[in-house]
Amino acid sequence: MLILDNINYKIDSKEIIKNINYTFEEGKIYILTGPNGGGKTSLGKAIVGLYPTDNGKITFNNVDITHTSISDRAKMGISYAFQIPINFKGLAVKDILSLSCKSEDPKILNSLLSKVGLCGKEYLERELDGRLSGGEIKRIEIASVLAKKNTNFYIFDEPEAGIDLWSFKELISIFKELKKENKTIIIVSHQEKILELSDYILVINKGTIEKSGPSKDILPTLISNEKENNCEGCLKKELS
Amino acid sequence: MLDNTMNLLKKLYGDTNYNDAAINIRENCLSCKRQSSENVIITDMEDKSGINILIKSSAKGEKVFIPALISKSNVDDVVRNDFFIEPGAEVTIQAGCAVHTDGESKSTHNGIHRFFIGENAKVTYYEKHLGEGSNAKRIISPVTEITMEKGSSFLMDSIQLEGVTFTERTTKAIVKENAKFDVNERILTTGTQQAISKFDVEVIGNNASVNIVSRSVAKDNSKQTLESKITGSSSCHGHSECDAILEGKGMAIAIPALIANHPEASLVHEAAIGRISKQQIEKLQTLGLDEKEAENYIVKGFLK
Repeated sequence: MLILDNINYKIDSKEIIKNINYTFEEGKIYILTGPNGGGKTSLGKAIVGLYPTDNGKITFNNVDITHTSISDRAKMGISYAFQIPINFKGLAVKDILSLSCKSEDPKILNSLLSKVGLCGKEYLERELDGRLSGGEIKRIEIASVLAKKNTNFYIFDEPEAGIDLWSFKELISIFKELKKENKTIIIVSHQEKILELSDYILVINKGTIEKSGPSKDILPTLISNEKENNCEGCLKKELS
Repeated sequence: MLDNTMNLLKKLYGDTNYNDAAINIRENCLSCKRQSSENVIITDMEDKSGINILIKSSAKGEKVFIPALISKSNVDDVVRNDFFIEPGAEVTIQAGCAVHTDGESKSTHNGIHRFFIGENAKVTYYEKHLGEGSNAKRIISPVTEITMEKGSSFLMDSIQLEGVTFTERTTKAIVKENAKFDVNERILTTGTQQAISKFDVEVIGNNASVNIVSRSVAKDNSKQTLESKITGSSSCHGHSECDAILEGKGMAIAIPALIANHPEASLVHEAAIGRISKQQIEKLQTLGLDEKEAENYIVKGFLK
């Protein structure tokens, strides 16, 4: 269980996250959705420790992690898949996967890549130097997060961005599988098919939780809003 | 061979078996072991101090080792190696210079390596520089000159990780038709070390290519300079890339020059110098490394 108790985050004087209170329970899928720039990614980064909160408290499995480092949070079982994956000159796909799963066994590394629809033979030796396509590097980013064995709390930031239809279906299967394993999953997304997977939806806007509740209650309101407004930040159906 | 020299040899090549390979070991300015093989003949130069290495066309996957080892201070060594690679030969050459100095006096190793690469021959050339010991100055300044005939290929993989006080490496190449010249260079400097690397490559044959990739890390107060000049005098491709990571007060200078003397010459240069990006460190932190471990992992991979 992860509890956010009145957390705030500012850049200079601008409030990015304002007084957020929420409890994420084990084995549930939570979607953070809402308009661009609303604070979804910032909230995910605050949970994983990438953004230091200015005040408030974050508790993970009864441990206060408010001032815990990124790496210690990772060791405690919190994992984060970046919205924009990072390139590394000199590091190969196998290096980042090995680092994450603490194994250099090619069979294990191959199986991690096959989970995201990539062939180990073709990709393990490839360098993460910017020559991989957006979709390929996104899938490798997800594989690097799935590789971490002790993870029980996942945050995926727009995991569907840039990936093809076939991979998208694989992605849905991955989330269902993690849920079966009683993992907690937060997904930042606007994608209708992903929203449909969720147990709870949080609409983040202007740094606050504008609306939250069980998916069955929130999703219909989002769909009706989309029909009325047809605005930016609403549901994407192109992959459905 | 001295025990110190044996240790240096091991540090250069690990537990390599030299039984079937051609080898010439130079220890403190003198040749101390020489062995030719069926397809690689090593002989003394006639007019000056140095060796000629003839690699016959029949050489396929042959290995040649030519280490220069200095295990004491106050040595000023000049090594001359001329490689004559016959058409169609395929060979891997492992050069390397290891300098271990104790005491205060400096030791200098200057190598002059000339390669005459015949048509369609393939050469892989590894050059490793290693310095260790007390604070005495260790200076290594190699000059490499390569002439590549039609359809030949030359891959130069050079690495120098710490320990060398000052180095000025000069590499010149003439690349003819359909030939392929590739360089992978990695340099790590620390303390007040300085490393200068100069490339001057002229492509004179159509459909030939040059690719120079230099990756370096300058830590502490060290300084590095890369001068990379590619002249395209034919219909050819040339690419040079300089990536440098800075730590502490380390400095890096990239001075590229691309000269297109032919309308079909296509030449590109890329350079990126700076500290390790925060995002790279953060990604590895999310996988459980602390900040220092993440930096070390990134540097190790970068110089791999």
